[in-house]
Amino acid sequence: MRRNQVAVVGAAETTELGVIPNMSQIQLHADAALNAIADASLKLSDIDGFATAVETPQQMAHYLGITPTWVDGTSVGGCSFMLHVRHAAAAIEAGLCKTVLITHAESGKSMIGKQPRFTAPDSLNGQFEAPFGVYGPPSMFPIPVLRFMKTHGITHEQLAMVAVVQREWAAKNPRATMKDPITVADVLNSRMIAYPFRLLQCCLVTDGGGALILTSADRAKDFPQKPVYILGTGESVETPMVSQMKTFDSSRAFKVAGPLAFKEAGISHKDVDHLMIYDAFAHLPLYGLGDLGFMPHEETGKFIADGNTRPGGKLPLNTNGGGLSYMHSGMYGMYALQESVRQMRGIAPAQVPNAKISVCHGVGGMFAASGTIIFTNEK
Amino acid sequence: MAEPARAKPKPTPETQHFWDGTKAGELRLQRCDACANVYFPPRPFCPSCASRKVSVFKASGKGKLYSYVINHRPAAPGFTPPYAIAVVELDEGPRMMSNIIDCPQTPEALELDMPLEVAFEALDDKITLPLFRPAKG
Repeated sequence: MRRNQVAVVGAAETTELGVIPNMSQIQLHADAALNAIADASLKLSDIDGFATAVETPQQMAHYLGITPTWVDGTSVGGCSFMLHVRHAAAAIEAGLCKTVLITHAESGKSMIGKQPRFTAPDSLNGQFEAPFGVYGPPSMFPIPVLRFMKTHGITHEQLAMVAVVQREWAAKNPRATMKDPITVADVLNSRMIAYPFRLLQCCLVTDGGGALILTSADRAKDFPQKPVYILGTGESVETPMVSQMKTFDSSRAFKVAGPLAFKEAGISHKDVDHLMIYDAFAHLPLYGLGDLGFMPHEETGKFIADGNTRPGGKLPLNTNGGGLSYMHSGMYGMYALQESVRQMRGIAPAQVPNAKISVCHGVGGMFAASGTIIFTNEK
Repeated sequence: MAEPARAKPKPTPETQHFWDGTKAGELRLQRCDACANVYFPPRPFCPSCASRKVSVFKASGKGKLYSYVINHRPAAPGFTPPYAIAVVELDEGPRMMSNIIDCPQTPEALELDMPLEVAFEALDDKITLPLFRPAKG
C-alpha cells in the first residue's frame, strides 16, 4: 500500500465511557458512529463503506441507515479495527468506496444486547482447551507469561511497573476509569486472579465504543479536523488456541504485523514519537516492544521499569492509560486507535509535544491475531 | 441438583482416534509420512507440508512443564480454585494444554521444565482426558 494516500477525517468515542446501563450494544455503536459523523461534518448518507466486528455489518448498517458498496466484517478479536483500517485504506485506494465508517462498541460491563461467548464442545478449543479449566481471558491470556519471564529474565516487579506507569498516564486523562496513583506494592498485593497476574495487571471491564471515518488524502484537506494519514499497516493471525502458539517467548502474529507496518511506512524505530500497544494484560507491552523490534525482549522489562515509557519518557506508551486504566469494553483496539488519532491531531489529554508519528499495535484473542497501524500528521 | 461438570469434549471425525486412544490408555499423536513432522491437534494432513499421508502413533506420554497459570477466579465449572492450567511440551515435540495432578497447585511446586508423565482420567464411558503428573524417578 502506498504511504499517506488515505487519512482519518473523523474519530470519536461514545459520549460516555465506563458503566452505561441505558444503552444496548448496537446503540453504543450508533452513539459512537453519530459522534464520528459530527466530528467529520458528514451525513450518514455520505458513508459508502462500512466495517465492524462482533456485530455484523448488515446489522449495524441497517440500524444506522447506511447503504454501503463495500463492507468488511473481519472479526478477529480486539485488533479487528486495525485490520479494518488497513482493508479500508486498500479499498479506498482501489476505488471501491470513498468514505468508510468503522465502528466498535461493546456492552462489556452491563451486558445489554450482547451475545454471550460460547465454545462449542466439538471445536478444537472445546476439545483441547476448555476441558482443562480455561474460563475467560484472565485464565488464558497469561498462560505464556511464566515462560516469557524465564526465557527473557523478566521479573514480577517489572510486570507490576507496567500497571504503575500506565496509571500515571491515566491520571492525566479525565475520561480514564481509574486515575488514582498506584505503586508496585499495590499491584503485587492486589487480589490474585490467575498467577502470576493480579487484579491490577488485568484490564478493566467497561461499556463503550468508538468510530473512525477514513477517506482519500486528496479529499481529507477539505474536512474540519486535521487529517491523520495512514503511513504503514500490517496484519496477521496465528491460532485461536493459546496453547498452540509457535512459542511463548514471542508472538508470531506480532512479529509479522509489526515489521510489515514499519517496512511499509519506511521508518525506523527512532522515528516513533508515540506508541500504543494493546494491553489487555500487563505482559502485552513487553511482547510488543520486543516483537515490533524496539529492543530485544530481555530489555523490555527494565525499559519500562526505568521510566522510559512514562510521561516525559523517551517513548510515551499507552498515553490514555491503556486497557489497564483507561477502559476496556472487550475489544480495546478501537480505543488505542482513537488515542493515536488524538495524539496526531494534537488534542490528547496527555498530549506528547510535537508528536508526528504514532504506532498503534493491536492484539486479537489470546495472541490469536494482530494488526499494526502507523499514523502521521505530516504528508 | 448435580454439581456443575467440567466442559466435556465432543470428538469429530478428525479427532476420534485421539479420544479412542485416551480411553484405551494411550496418548496418540500423528506423524507425517512424507516429512516426519509430528503435530497436534489432530487433522488428516500435515500442517507443515500438506501431505495427506499421515500416521497415528502412540506417544511416550512423557513431557515437561512449558508454562502455566494458577487460576483463582473466575473458576470454570467443575474446578475448585486455585487450580493450574498447564501447557505441556511432549517429548515428541507438540504441546498440549492439560492439568497437573498429584502436585500442589503452587508456584513453588510447579517448576517450569519439570518432567511430567501422562495420566488418564475418565469423565464418562466415552471421554477420558489426558492429564499429567510429576514424572516418577
